[in-house]
Amino acid sequence: MIPAKFAYAAPASLEEAIGLLDNPDAKIIAGGHSLLPMMKLRLAQPSLLVDIGRIPDLAYIRGDDGYLAIGAMTRYWQIINSTEVQQAAPVLAEAAGEVGDPQVRARGTFVGALAHADPSGDLPAVALALGGSVRAAGPNGERDIDLDEFFVDMLTTALEEREIIREVRLRVQPPDAGAVYLKFDQPASHYALTGVCAVISLSGGTIASARIGVTGVGPKAYRPRSVEQALVGQSAEESAVTDAVRTVTEGIDVQGDLHAGPDYRAHLARVLTCRAVLEAAQRQATTRAI
Amino acid sequence: MMDQLHSITVDVNGTRHSRQVEPRLLLVHFIRDQLGLTGTHVGCDTSQCGACTVVLDGIAVKSCTVLAVQANNADIKTIEGFAGADGKLHPVQQAFWEEHGLQCGYCTPGMIVAIDQLLRDNPNPTETEVRRGLDGNLCRCTGYHNIVKSALSASKKLRGEQMSEAH
Repeated sequence: MIPAKFAYAAPASLEEAIGLLDNPDAKIIAGGHSLLPMMKLRLAQPSLLVDIGRIPDLAYIRGDDGYLAIGAMTRYWQIINSTEVQQAAPVLAEAAGEVGDPQVRARGTFVGALAHADPSGDLPAVALALGGSVRAAGPNGERDIDLDEFFVDMLTTALEEREIIREVRLRVQPPDAGAVYLKFDQPASHYALTGVCAVISLSGGTIASARIGVTGVGPKAYRPRSVEQALVGQSAEESAVTDAVRTVTEGIDVQGDLHAGPDYRAHLARVLTCRAVLEAAQRQATTRAI
Repeated sequence: MMDQLHSITVDVNGTRHSRQVEPRLLLVHFIRDQLGLTGTHVGCDTSQCGACTVVLDGIAVKSCTVLAVQANNADIKTIEGFAGADGKLHPVQQAFWEEHGLQCGYCTPGMIVAIDQLLRDNPNPTETEVRRGLDGNLCRCTGYHNIVKSALSASKKLRGEQMSEAH
């Protein structure tokens, strides 16, 4: 219930924060709603917390040439209420509204969710389905890391030890695509036992492209490439899609815990991926009809 | 460096407090133990139950998942800040009284603060919207039924009071 002792710093700039990360036991805190619960159970015991919450100009949502740039301190509630997000990537606003509960959404950050890479977190699946990159700032300057390379393993990303994400850059939802995020959640924590984000484009009644992000199933969020490929050219109806999503957990180390065993998660993955693809296709068809 | 205390200043229910705190002091423990405001409760160790909910810079948060040092220079309202100085109950509190919205009362402060947030965001919620707005607050006694009734009653009161002020 009480974290182990630690030192605390609230730097005034990202450069200062990066400097403080030369302590290998230091952790960044932003919204703190993944890190503090772990520290309270003493699953994490950093010796130094570097709070980036006092750094000015890190909370922003900006359109940028076909991308949405979302700054590190942007909270979920800001993403939900943003007309920019509602127009450019409505599935992101919708998914952000599914995270945790209202109090969690008051503090938690989208970028923090990506950096933490919880295997059951919602937003990594959405980020993968939309595509884009994170902009990481480190002692040697800044670099962009493609989201497809970003999630490496459970709670492990491609960030180097002394890097901090400044912003995430998400591709806007293509105007000819429908998208949805569906999850089957644990009722108290609202974590995804399985969550699927599907971004589907139709052409002449069949699926022209599919991008899918799956969370809660494996040690990290992932794109089921075999399913994405199998969907192309299929009609967006149940029997074809059910068949195409059969391989959604192929090659994945499906997780089990007290909330759901691996067989159940694999089952949920098949069911939710099918439903998400059909719903996304339905939304696309509805939009076009307007 | 780990033993270094930090000075924080917070405004709680309209009163300024300055204290020296350990970085690991949770805001809920600061409020309860250092300020003596024990209306805010600790009900779990997993950030799920919401009994610790307070308003921080205008938005309802789980104070067990905020460090006191993160609240430096913040404006906080706890359950003690809801009734008027004369003791007149806030409309949400009044609704809980009238609709029997509590049994043991342990979740109630958090519920009231969360409902206040919900109604500020959505002054005329449906029952479904009320239940979603209370996703972050658990109750072991009531089955939520009268809590939802209290929220809906409070929303009517708040809209009714505003309407009568307009006349």
